[in-house]
Amino acid sequence: MTKFIERNPLWALVLLAVIALGLWLIFAVWPQGLEDAIGKKKVFLNAVFNGVTLGGLYFLVASGFTLIFGLMRNVNLAHGSLYLFGGYIGYGISVWTGSWVLSFVAAFVIVALVGIVMQILVFSRMEGQDLRQTMVTIGLSIVFADLMLWAFGGDFYQVQTPDWLVGPVQLPFLTAVKSSGESVYLSYPKVRLVIFAGSVVIGVAMWLVLNRTRIGMIVRAGVDDREILAAMGVRIRLVFVLVFAFGAGLAGMAGVVGGTFQSLSPGEDTRFLLASLVVVIVGGMGSIPGAALGALIIGLAEQLGSVYIPTYAIVVTFVIMVAVLAVRPQGLLAGR
Amino acid sequence: MSITQGQRLRSPAPATRAVAQNYGPPAAWIVAALLLILPLIANGFFLIEIFGTTLILGIIALSLMFLAGYGGMVSLMQLTIAGFAGYMFAIFGSSGSANISLNWPWWLATPMALALATLFGALCGALAVRTEGIYTIMITLAVGSAFYYFTNQNWALFNGHTGINTIVTPHFWGVDWRADTPFYYVILAVAALCFAAVSYLARSPFGLALQGARDNPRRMAALGFNVNAHRVAAYAFASFVAALGGILQVWNYGQISPGSVAVDRAIDILIIAVVGGVTRPVGPFIGALIFVLLRTFALDFLVAIGLDGNRFRLIIGLGFLVIVFFSPDGVVGLWERWRRRSAPALTRPSGGGGHG
Repeated sequence: MTKFIERNPLWALVLLAVIALGLWLIFAVWPQGLEDAIGKKKVFLNAVFNGVTLGGLYFLVASGFTLIFGLMRNVNLAHGSLYLFGGYIGYGISVWTGSWVLSFVAAFVIVALVGIVMQILVFSRMEGQDLRQTMVTIGLSIVFADLMLWAFGGDFYQVQTPDWLVGPVQLPFLTAVKSSGESVYLSYPKVRLVIFAGSVVIGVAMWLVLNRTRIGMIVRAGVDDREILAAMGVRIRLVFVLVFAFGAGLAGMAGVVGGTFQSLSPGEDTRFLLASLVVVIVGGMGSIPGAALGALIIGLAEQLGSVYIPTYAIVVTFVIMVAVLAVRPQGLLAGR
Repeated sequence: MSITQGQRLRSPAPATRAVAQNYGPPAAWIVAALLLILPLIANGFFLIEIFGTTLILGIIALSLMFLAGYGGMVSLMQLTIAGFAGYMFAIFGSSGSANISLNWPWWLATPMALALATLFGALCGALAVRTEGIYTIMITLAVGSAFYYFTNQNWALFNGHTGINTIVTPHFWGVDWRADTPFYYVILAVAALCFAAVSYLARSPFGLALQGARDNPRRMAALGFNVNAHRVAAYAFASFVAALGGILQVWNYGQISPGSVAVDRAIDILIIAVVGGVTRPVGPFIGALIFVLLRTFALDFLVAIGLDGNRFRLIIGLGFLVIVFFSPDGVVGLWERWRRRSAPALTRPSGGGGHG
């Protein structure tokens, strides 16, 4: 961080100004002129919160994607299918048992098993052939998409939010001050906040495991040079299987989150595949903090874009991607 | 890497050169003659729905074949560029959406659409060449899906998810060029031109430099070639080819909507190119024929063997997986391998002595 400031004082200043402006927009009571110009503060705050929580969901999907890519150089274009499959599993379990928490566990375990099967049966046979692996994942995503369409039809499904999470919660963010002097605070759906907190916990846990444990050390070493790691006697194939299973399981869990936030239907797989691609391109391939930053940026851009420039919202996302590729082709937080 | 790497090891160059001097294998001439007299044999459905569509999809897949086979860049945005050209033709030409279309005559709208699509493709290509190999797929896929969602969201230019309908097709010299037979010949002529252009370009200095950049970009750079410029130029050329296909497609259907540039469709183009084979320009056309035949007759076939008729994409996906697993250079590669295996057994005993 200090290195970045030393090297790019101008950019650091711009970044600081943007952050300060953002904080001011979030915490200050907006003057009348600003409200006239761009609308109510409540709309803005809602968009920011939606963006941040959507970023949490994107992080869950993209972190598995980037982890698999970083270690195995495997661009898993079937990642969106794993997401949707996890969502359907979670829906089925929550209808069957009525337990929301159990649906997460089931989705994680079942999709992780699918990931293990994929890694052992398919990808371990074509190790080191990046492009062929990617082709295979494209083929798999078509097959999965059609199988799921067959099994679940084209309907929309929504995972039932449990009772203890239904309803709004008051947040200490001012949206307006009434003429009577009474302050109005933002109220926001509790379930989205809980899920966001969950994804932050998962992200921090992943960071801790990667940076503080032996298995994390092996994975990081594998990202840098897997041949040398294998030569050191580490059972790299087992690590590959475990990482693939974990990444797939995360995607499955994210599917349940997505099913609670939004809805599940054919086509969502592509949407979340695109989101993970853009997040990973922006954040940096193979970097977990990069995925977090990218997810936050893309989530915010999407939500703020859809509020303030509705018919060009996707262009904002695209422009961000182009800008990052133009300035830093390897992504914002890429290690190499 | 293997899809494009496979061919580097056993280059088909000597074989093709010898064949080219003998004015091609007789099979190619028979196919060409058949295609020319096809309107005498086939009726409207087969002419346009099967062969016309095959050639159009083949042209778009040919642009991907050029990039992937000679440039080593697997681009998933070729259909997007084709769709962009189609949209531009719909916007500059005349259509049912009077508030969007500018009502230019077709001979002005077509070059405009081609030029804009080429520019669009070259710009996105310039973006994609900043990264290499596997990243190209990711970036071009992101471009393709961003364009799909953009056309869905945007009403001012692209008319949202309803798209632009009843697009007016050219009508001049007293001929309705959308009538089956004239349109078929237009498609055939464009396809032949594109095929010839790609075949010629592959052996031109530019094509050879591009293939050099595919095999060893560092060495090419050291030899003084501007690798990135070659790659962007390849993208521009491929975009032009794809745009031609896109314009023909818009003339064919008379409408364009986000569904025409959806991500599945973009992946279909990749499937067509890979199933046909990305080592030869003829591959995409073979792949397109297989794809169109499957798409048209899978329903009847599936119902006939007692399965659900809607599982067409499952068959496509499984077929694609089989090809990627067992023959990375597609049907063309299968055929070449089969010929090589059977050729010595057939020719050596009889005519092997004289010519060697």
